[in-house]
Amino acid sequence: MGDLVQLVVSGTATGAIYALAALGFTLLWQAAGTINFAQGEFVMVPAFVMLFFMSFVGVPLWLAFLLTCAVSMLFLGYGFKRGIVDPLIRHGVIPLVIATLGLSIGLKQLVKAGYSAEAHPFPNPFPDGQFALGNLHVSYADVGTLCFAGLIVISLQMFLNRTVTGRAMQAVAQNTDAAKVLGIDVRRMVLYTFLINAFLAAVAALLVAPTYLAKFDMGDSIGQKAFFAAIIGGFNQTRGALLGGVLIGILENVVGFYVSPAYKEGVALMLFLAVILFRPEGLLGKAEERKV
Amino acid sequence: MSARTGFLEVKDVRKAYGAIKAVDGVSFAVGPGEIVGVIGPNGSGKTTLFNSILGQIKPTSGGVEFCGEDITGMSPLALARRGIGRTFQTLQVFVKLSVRDNLIVAAQEFKGTLAGRLLAKPDAGLGEHADRTIEMFRLKQVAHLPAGSLSYGQQKLIDIAMAFMAAPRLVLLDEPCAGVNPSLVEQLRELLVELNGTQGGSFVVIEHNMDFIMGLCPHVICMVEGKVLAEGPPATVQSNRQVLEAYLGN
Amino acid sequence: MSTRNRLVVLFASLVAFAVLPIFLKTYGVYLMTLFCVYLMATMGLNLTVGYAGQMSLGQAAFFGIGAYHAAILLTLGWPFFVVLPIAAVACFAAGLALGFPALRVQHHYLAFATLGFNVLVYLVMRNEEKLTGGTFGIANIPRPSLVGFSLDKPLPFFYFTFAATILLALALWWLLRSPWGRAFAALRDNPIRAESLGVNITAYTLLAFAIGAACAGIGGVYFATLVNFVEPAPFHVTASLTMLLAVIVGGSGRFFGPMLGTVVVVLLPEWLRFMQNWYLAVFGFAVVALMIWLPGGLLSIPERFKAKGAAE
Repeated sequence: MGDLVQLVVSGTATGAIYALAALGFTLLWQAAGTINFAQGEFVMVPAFVMLFFMSFVGVPLWLAFLLTCAVSMLFLGYGFKRGIVDPLIRHGVIPLVIATLGLSIGLKQLVKAGYSAEAHPFPNPFPDGQFALGNLHVSYADVGTLCFAGLIVISLQMFLNRTVTGRAMQAVAQNTDAAKVLGIDVRRMVLYTFLINAFLAAVAALLVAPTYLAKFDMGDSIGQKAFFAAIIGGFNQTRGALLGGVLIGILENVVGFYVSPAYKEGVALMLFLAVILFRPEGLLGKAEERKV
Repeated sequence: MSARTGFLEVKDVRKAYGAIKAVDGVSFAVGPGEIVGVIGPNGSGKTTLFNSILGQIKPTSGGVEFCGEDITGMSPLALARRGIGRTFQTLQVFVKLSVRDNLIVAAQEFKGTLAGRLLAKPDAGLGEHADRTIEMFRLKQVAHLPAGSLSYGQQKLIDIAMAFMAAPRLVLLDEPCAGVNPSLVEQLRELLVELNGTQGGSFVVIEHNMDFIMGLCPHVICMVEGKVLAEGPPATVQSNRQVLEAYLGN
Repeated sequence: MSTRNRLVVLFASLVAFAVLPIFLKTYGVYLMTLFCVYLMATMGLNLTVGYAGQMSLGQAAFFGIGAYHAAILLTLGWPFFVVLPIAAVACFAAGLALGFPALRVQHHYLAFATLGFNVLVYLVMRNEEKLTGGTFGIANIPRPSLVGFSLDKPLPFFYFTFAATILLALALWWLLRSPWGRAFAALRDNPIRAESLGVNITAYTLLAFAIGAACAGIGGVYFATLVNFVEPAPFHVTASLTMLLAVIVGGSGRFFGPMLGTVVVVLLPEWLRFMQNWYLAVFGFAVVALMIWLPGGLLSIPERFKAKGAAE
């Protein structure tokens, strides 16, 4: 029993990271109809940018993180929107899917060829060690990750629900045409969504790199899980991404421990396949009526 | 009236979205070979009624019978196999296929078996039929161009021609004249009259264009706010006071 | 180009392709055989993606299933021409299974569903050591012989594979010209309209996946006998991606699209070896640029020029 609780706690921490990436995914989909197959690389690149700031510029981690957020929002937010999504979105979904797949390869191989193919250790923003809670041992890293991710998610929710800009963004996500009629600057709101996505990815990078190490292909599994999490939870629901992410994190840990670590990677997948076969709108999602 | 029973019978169909009753107890019948027009102001539930008959949406209550069989909620494929064709309000052609291929594909699935069609001739033996239809719809000049490259009016003609390729026993047309220029409207009317004569199928036509309806349909149903307000020959329906009020807004 | 000119060009390329290996060293012949092997898989994928409009990021999984069938059964001593249809049928069945999610979801969902399938197959290959040899793979896969004539040498094996590729291409050509090809295109262009015209979209969606998968399976059998050794790596999701890109880069939904696209993804890396690791980075960004400027693939260039000429 103790094992199980332990697994759930650390699984929730991992799941929170998946949820951050998944959240960006759903926001982009809702506001701009964009599926970003390079989402994993949007996490990988900031990890390396942070390493760059720390080792070549010599700034401490917190400053490197802030600088990276800015870089990420500029290139992976604004640049991605203007350079790739804007010209392609009118051709429909498939060319954009292919282009982001290409972007994923390009970014990955750019880091591999231009910097390093090795896995690089990444400083942990939280102290080492664990503390005891009864007979339960919880690491500071897990607690820190959960708190930080939780803080970001709660702030984002408050921003979306309580501020004028946030509500305008939600209006755009729900019904672009109606938002336009209401005089909302749709293009600006969509741009904000891209910036937030890039920011969330940078946060995910900060939290995931200490355990997964910074490696050019680290985005493969994060990107996939973010997408699976988004679908499992429900693509048209922000809460869905959170539920899906945490669910995957926990189940991976449990399956890895009780069944076989070799099939840990398959967990998100099985869950995903079950969801699209039996509840394609996702666990929390609302079914959309078939359009003619 | 007796001729009108036993073919298509719509029985007290209702469809509600929450408190809004889009279709509120509509019943009517269509006899073999008959052309029935459905008119009514925007939002009166005509397309919802169509979609309920065609299995696109499930009616809240009521049912539809075709040749004595309950077809309520059947899949579009099952309806097609029973000889029920349709056109959509918006343009629905296969944009990358040529005009000729659009027409052939509209009929080929009714010939032979699935496996048989793999081994069949490329045109599935429908080439001549397609060419005759192309002549009839005056599309010969563009027969080998991709449908998506043509003008709206030409695509609309293809769209309608496709619905008749398999000579269905019943065709439901949702605003065939929408967006079509006046000269083409007349051509379309003549074509539909001709097809009704040669194929003998029954048509149900939703349309706003009154001249078109008057010239095509001997029997008209007027829907207002989800209900049938008036039914009968077009002249009678058109002179009905309630109908006029509904159209003019009191 | 007139039909006649097209035939002349096609015939000339085939002859050139058949004659070229005579002047090449072993590695060159190997590459050309590899091209044929990949082409079988990408032609199948072109049917699924380009003609029937389904999204698939799992083609390498079928390629792998075919290859492992060949590896396991051929090392057990089963004859090649028994193994080949078995692998094709197995992949056909697996393709049918993968088609089911496609009935529920489309586009990006489907991309991830098929990608997920590939990950799953890859995990099985890597972890089920008893059956697949795990990461060590299966070695010493024998090459077949044809009526007593050994195909162990590179050149005869090339011709053997080349012939199979042509046969497969002819079969696909037949299929796409038949009413099935038209039904696939209808499914791609407008499934809702197609269904209202009696097109059984369920059956055709499943068939599109199954036939595409069977082609990959056949390619996989030839792949296993070409390299004589299978391990999980060539069947990773990355390979599926490469195959999809080959189809798109060449021009999806065009019969000769995969031929051009496969040249780009299989042979070009070899010529661009001097770029080393940078090649894939350049390739990735080139795909982005291609999608922005030429969403129809390389084979749409002539039409582009024609459209431009007509506009001016």
